[in-house]
Amino acid sequence: MSEKVLMKGNEAIAEAAIIAGCRHYFGYPITPQTEIAAYMAKRMPKVGGTFLQAESEIAAINMVYGVSSTGKRVMTSSSSPGISLKQEGISYLAGADLPALIVNAQRGGPGLGGIQPSQSDYFQATKGGGHGDYHLIVLAPYSVQEMAELTIKGFDLADKYRMPTMILCDGTTGQMMEPVTFDFAVKQPPEKPWAVTGTKMEREHNIINSLYLQADKLEEKNFERYERYKLVEENEVMYQEYMADDADIIIAATGIASRIALSSVEKAREKGIKAGLIRPITLWPFPKAAFAKAAEHCRQIIAVELNMGQMIEDIKLATEFKVPVSLYNRTGGVLPDVYEILGVIENAAKGGKR
Amino acid sequence: MVVFERPHALCDVPLHYCPGCPHGIVHRLVAEVIDELGIEGRTIGIAPVGCSVMAYDYFNCDMVEAAHGRAPAVATGIKRSDPENHIVFTYQGDGDLASIGMAETVHAAARNENITVVFINNAIYGMTGGQMAPTSLPGQVTQTSPYGRDVKTAGYPIKVCEMLSQLDGPEYIERVAVCDVPNVNKAKKAIRKAFQNQIDGKGFSLIEVVSACPTNWGMTPKEALEWVKSDMIPYYPLGVYKDRSGKEETK
Repeated sequence: MSEKVLMKGNEAIAEAAIIAGCRHYFGYPITPQTEIAAYMAKRMPKVGGTFLQAESEIAAINMVYGVSSTGKRVMTSSSSPGISLKQEGISYLAGADLPALIVNAQRGGPGLGGIQPSQSDYFQATKGGGHGDYHLIVLAPYSVQEMAELTIKGFDLADKYRMPTMILCDGTTGQMMEPVTFDFAVKQPPEKPWAVTGTKMEREHNIINSLYLQADKLEEKNFERYERYKLVEENEVMYQEYMADDADIIIAATGIASRIALSSVEKAREKGIKAGLIRPITLWPFPKAAFAKAAEHCRQIIAVELNMGQMIEDIKLATEFKVPVSLYNRTGGVLPDVYEILGVIENAAKGGKR
Repeated sequence: MVVFERPHALCDVPLHYCPGCPHGIVHRLVAEVIDELGIEGRTIGIAPVGCSVMAYDYFNCDMVEAAHGRAPAVATGIKRSDPENHIVFTYQGDGDLASIGMAETVHAAARNENITVVFINNAIYGMTGGQMAPTSLPGQVTQTSPYGRDVKTAGYPIKVCEMLSQLDGPEYIERVAVCDVPNVNKAKKAIRKAFQNQIDGKGFSLIEVVSACPTNWGMTPKEALEWVKSDMIPYYPLGVYKDRSGKEETK
């Protein structure tokens, strides 16, 4: 499929997953990501794959754990309340060093919240989410094309580092339609000698496990895992800068918020304001260096978030409080419009706080 | 001439189970069946959370340790990953299967997932030190029912075989015991059938093994086996509850 097709973001994720060689999908219905399940229900039988509607998100993530144990590419998708239910399984995936792709099309919370777009699961996604010391690789697409690209990338990274990857998108990026091409060179997944595929009486048995009752063994495991995380931080950071080099005022935004903020920055530049944008694409590993560099020359960073201020904490840590970092946020499913953010930039340019 | 040896499917390691615990017997039965059917090389076992959590160190086939109660979901994934080749069994206790994992159990059965479930019912949480289980008997004293299980507040025990046999999905449901030699032999026959069903593509088979926990019941091993006969089996009658292909239903 090299020509352009018009697709919803959720469908682009599903098609890209199939291109990446994923033949197993497990999910449970929840708005606003059900298109992924619907697409998989149609496509998987045609490509010899498995689509299974599980009895719960908990069961779905554990089915993912099962397939991943056998070394095959596998995914699940859900939205915020459902992702909370998956956290137990995600912690086990991390603890057993199993790759998998998990999509969270975020909606407003907490609790049942709403069904409109949100970014309020940033902490949950980037700081672990379940119990124990671990990270996910967290990818934040801002277009339908990126939904597809980051899905492929997500499978590659998960396999490379033996850890779960999360696509952290939202109701808008999932539902919006854009032209997308699926012109990808898909890498062959690495060998997985650790997988449980049956010993065939030719080797010692493999064990997939996250239990280490001896404290020193568990500590060793955790240290080892964080050595691997360090490699991810060194090698896999992705972000996009837009006119950030000479900017006085830098907007930091991700996903759909960055999409809107990009237009606001353009309009600010038209008005002669030196505004710029830094858009983290990997939320973990966070593009610390990009923000540290920006803090050397800009006057202010404004985090535009669809939550009560979560990514702003990572920005403050990355900039070591060298410049003021402020927040402009909407929550509950409300999206700011281009002129709203433009107003925030103009105000900042005048020296106002917000 | 060798008259008795360790099944190949059982690792040559000391088991951690308490003296008098029937887990060793049931492990052996499962391993003997795997040997006899010649399926060790394509079998993947799933250990639960509970006393048998470390079953992954005891079976020679590939093993996966699942989150508490989620073994049937993990088994579903492993089976679906390669349905033609993988032989998948779960080994679960009563807290794992009938309390926290009830949804996974019921739905795997309803889907007639082509897996084998070995369910150990000893009416107590062993690993955590003897708390009330979903299968603890009315009046049974445990750490969390110190005055005896009061059905007015703690409800009634769950009879898993009776419940699952109401579903259209599962292929084979049988309850056995390992309290004496004749019953151990019957248990082996049932476990063998549960694996054979999977090889034949027939679907979900669950064998409930009425077991004992001398340590947490506060009994000697001999007393515990007597209690199985006097108290457990009358509440949990043995027999075939569902056998779709065989059409025999004794209960």
